Amino acid sequence: MDLKTIPLSAWLGIFSTSLFAFAAIFAPLIAPYGLSDVVGDVWEPMSREHLLGTDNLGRDLLSRMIYGARTTLTIAALATIVSFTLGAFLGMAAAVIGGWADQLLSRGVDLLMSIPTLIFALVVLSVMPANILTLILVMGILDATRVFRLSRAVAVDVNVMDFVEAAKLRGEGRIWIITREILPNALSTLVAELGLRFIFMVLFLSALSFLGLGIQPPEADWGGMVKENKDGIIFGIPAALIPAGAIAVLAISVNLIADWILNRTTDLKGGRGGN
Amino acid sequence: MNDAHFLDIRDLKIGVTVREPGTPPRDITIVHGVSTTLGKGKVLGLIGESGAGKSTIGLSSLAYGRGGVEITGGEVFVNGRDILEMGRSGLNAFRGREVSYVSQSAAAGFNPAHRLIDQVIEATLEHGLMSKADAEARAKELFAALSLPDPETIGDRYPHQVSGGQLQRVMTAMALCPKPDLIVFDEPTTALDVTTQIDVLAAIKNAIRLTGVAALYITHDLAVVAQVADEIMVLRDGVTIEHGSTKQIIEDPQEDYTQALVSVRSIVHQEKQPDAQPLIRMENIVAGYGSGPDVIADVTVDIYQGQTLAVVGESGSGKSTLARVLTGLLPARSGQISFDGRTLTNAQKDRPLDDLRDIQMIYQMADTAMNPRQTIGTIIGRPIEFYFGIKGQELQNRIAALLEKIELPADMASRYPAELSGGQKQRVCIARALAAEPKVIICDEVTSALDPLVADGILKLLLDLQKRENVAYMFITHDLATVKAIADSIAVMHLGKLARYGTKTHVLTPPFDDYTDLLLSSVPEMELGWLEAVTASRKMESAGN
Amino acid sequence: MGLAFKLIAQRISLGILLLFAVSVLIFVGTQILPGDVAQSILGQSATPENLANLRKDLGLNDPPLTRYFNWLGGIMVGDLGTALTSGANISEAIASRLGNTLFLAAVAAVISVPTAIFLGLIAVRYKDRWPDKLISASTLASISLPEFFIGYLLILVFGVKLGWFPTVATVYDGMGFGDRLNAVMLPALTLTLVVLAHMMRMTRAAILNVMQSAYIETAELKGLSSFKVIWKHALPNAISPVINVVMLNMAYLIVGVVVVEVIFVYPGMGQYLVDHVSKRDVPVVQACGLIFAAIYIGLNLIADIISVLSNPRLRHPK
Repeated sequence: MDLKTIPLSAWLGIFSTSLFAFAAIFAPLIAPYGLSDVVGDVWEPMSREHLLGTDNLGRDLLSRMIYGARTTLTIAALATIVSFTLGAFLGMAAAVIGGWADQLLSRGVDLLMSIPTLIFALVVLSVMPANILTLILVMGILDATRVFRLSRAVAVDVNVMDFVEAAKLRGEGRIWIITREILPNALSTLVAELGLRFIFMVLFLSALSFLGLGIQPPEADWGGMVKENKDGIIFGIPAALIPAGAIAVLAISVNLIADWILNRTTDLKGGRGGN
Repeated sequence: MNDAHFLDIRDLKIGVTVREPGTPPRDITIVHGVSTTLGKGKVLGLIGESGAGKSTIGLSSLAYGRGGVEITGGEVFVNGRDILEMGRSGLNAFRGREVSYVSQSAAAGFNPAHRLIDQVIEATLEHGLMSKADAEARAKELFAALSLPDPETIGDRYPHQVSGGQLQRVMTAMALCPKPDLIVFDEPTTALDVTTQIDVLAAIKNAIRLTGVAALYITHDLAVVAQVADEIMVLRDGVTIEHGSTKQIIEDPQEDYTQALVSVRSIVHQEKQPDAQPLIRMENIVAGYGSGPDVIADVTVDIYQGQTLAVVGESGSGKSTLARVLTGLLPARSGQISFDGRTLTNAQKDRPLDDLRDIQMIYQMADTAMNPRQTIGTIIGRPIEFYFGIKGQELQNRIAALLEKIELPADMASRYPAELSGGQKQRVCIARALAAEPKVIICDEVTSALDPLVADGILKLLLDLQKRENVAYMFITHDLATVKAIADSIAVMHLGKLARYGTKTHVLTPPFDDYTDLLLSSVPEMELGWLEAVTASRKMESAGN
Repeated sequence: MGLAFKLIAQRISLGILLLFAVSVLIFVGTQILPGDVAQSILGQSATPENLANLRKDLGLNDPPLTRYFNWLGGIMVGDLGTALTSGANISEAIASRLGNTLFLAAVAAVISVPTAIFLGLIAVRYKDRWPDKLISASTLASISLPEFFIGYLLILVFGVKLGWFPTVATVYDGMGFGDRLNAVMLPALTLTLVVLAHMMRMTRAAILNVMQSAYIETAELKGLSSFKVIWKHALPNAISPVINVVMLNMAYLIVGVVVVEVIFVYPGMGQYLVDHVSKRDVPVVQACGLIFAAIYIGLNLIADIISVLSNPRLRHPK
């Protein structure tokens, strides 16, 4: 692959996503202050000491943003892994095995998807203990339904192609068909989807934390920080917009990368293009 | 205005902007300066293989470019005015009034939301040519002229309520209704079955004669255009190769390319006689899909070593189903298959590996028959590795030998399918089948998606390989010319049953059963007046009955 | 008409079946999972007797199946039970809040649907040129923006700095329509921005899909004016996919309401649900969850029915 063919938008996405990832990984090294240290007045404006100002309790906002990146990104990533492994595995299996196993899984997913994800999550969280494991599992399992639908659809599409039939006729086993015939043709779609699911997880986690049902204080995550600082808005203090904006920038960046991967896949579908 | 040249295309150049994701758009020229003229009431056939630019030229006489197609140079005069210079409103007044269009797929060309009659008279009303009542009356006359059933009421139906062959005729009526000077027919019969094609063709020819309209008739099938055109223009890669009267092009082609097109499918194949023992006998096969009705019923055929059984029929005849039964992907509901004197398990998944190896398959669409993520080497090499356990240098040698057999260079092994042309792809699929060293290869419409000359090459290769490898073919096709070229025995299928079966000579020699007679006489022949001869003899027969 | 009627009847019965399955799912999700309702109401200091009494009062000692049918039976006659925390009648509490939520969603729909369709048409008209590119870029941004970012930004700009609208969407009984409209303007705008781009992009895709059909080419080659091509040939076929798009986005809007109501402290169903989730008030959560799911399923059902009705193949069978 030629680096020159990567469009500017994708480079932008890659750059800022890496920046967020860097902040998350090296948080204790680069954060100027501690996570819960009260270092100034309430809602101090931006200054040389506090580049983003201070929050509702006088803590340094930049430091909390950096630690927040760690929490938000880690939990979103873990939930994405749960959702992806579960969804992609079951989706492909349903497509290749077919029959009643496919029916059972597909109808189950239809049922889960007939309740809006956020509402369902709220219902479940009302009775489950509020901890990070619960969050990851609830988000991961609910979102796995989307991954299931996509990977099943992609696998079904590839599965009916003549080259898969040719492999079956040759007598190839199920493992070869999934790993050598179907997966290579489904991979880029799934990788792009991985990006989209990750964004969804970030937004989902932030919404839950904002509603007070996600990450609990004193841990910092971006959604929770919006909640902490929201009362400043009416006094014209934009502190809540900083974590909200960070979520938006991260989501846009990952979207740009996913968009590029998706576009790239269409020209590999075979055929010589043109007419 | 000159009646002899009411259509005058001068040095037409057409380009297209190709937008592929991930690469900057690029401009390609697809027609390089084509000129022609057409007189009132004359029919000009535009003929060529895919990519010749024939459809684009046809549409340019409506000043229309499809997709990213743009007319980049030249002039198109219709009735003395250059239509390429017209503005939007001028074009709206011109299109559908002076020139109208009949597309390949009428099923897609009609709006599903409106009744046929409203669409047929729409252009006539739009251009204010007649009152609604007059237009409807004319449409009904045209329906009758095109031998549509129930001409008075067929217009009240919606497009999906009418068959494909009828819809194509309704579309012709739609083009004729505003009394245009010229109609562009863009492959109007290509998507139809051969027995339907002849009716539509006769109807179109009759309508052209009755109304005196001029026509551009675009097709890839020289035998078809020979029936309707006064002149023929042969195109290749956007350039005129030869332009002359139909008689001259068919009987005395000057250019090599035209000669090749005229003599296509002239392969002579000496029919072999059946052995005492067939290699494969499919006996009393009954099969169908899911819980649906039987698609084929009680079919018995034999395949002999080193010979070709051609299974021929129209869409829905069950010929492909028969092939799937032999592969075992669709286990027969009843009946049995014997192979080399022993019984073959019906279901593919229960067959031993050696049986799988002995029966290989080649598909219609080479594009989808190869994994786009695998190199040609992997695609051809996998069966050798899988069945014979050969690896390393020996495998590479075998792959090279196979590539040589299919007349492709050895360095193809490292390429991907997307880099190959249609004919090359189909050759690779043949090599993959040969790699298993099978006793029989099922060829499912393997030449239908290819241009005639390329298809000819593939057929020659298959015959040649049969001679050398002594492999048997089960050749599924709808095309009788192909059947004549390669078959040793023929099974004619109709509505899931065997209509006629035997050696090639037996099947192709009268007396025929009704269906085989209809089928054989419907295949266009490359001679002038064939259509008239056939329709006349059919009329005589039906009168005689 | 017979075939279409049969299909619609089929869809409706499927919808009812789905709703029934959803009620089971919600009930199972809140009752079988760990956590003891009585314990959470009374807290850690409760005596065993008090706990046992409360369990008996709540019917927690009955077998799950009995409890489910009692619950479902109540819902059938409009009785959603009583809230554990306040002892209030849930049906009464929900009635006015549901009205508020539907009002907010309706205002958002009235703004967003025509705008989205109009802009979608603009994108089709100027396909691959700057208006189209702008629209697809804004879609990318909009699906990435969290609701609270848009919401607080609007509050900051239009509520605090410009002072055009109230920053908190307070509504009460007997409030005039104009005042009410003014109060929900910012939340409605937030919801609009959340769904607009998505609806626009889907409208564009639906119309383009129709515009690329062969019958549009046929119409153009008849010399029809652009207006007639669109009005007579594109529109009849585009209506159903566009309505589908609208319905799907309405369903999405209903969910977006939850977060937006919290941002603007709006007394609707979403706020009510979120409050009671943190209080672990299971009967309220069940009731709200079921109502949201019912609306969601209903909107999807309507989309389905419309696409059956507008399909000429089904309206005029062979």
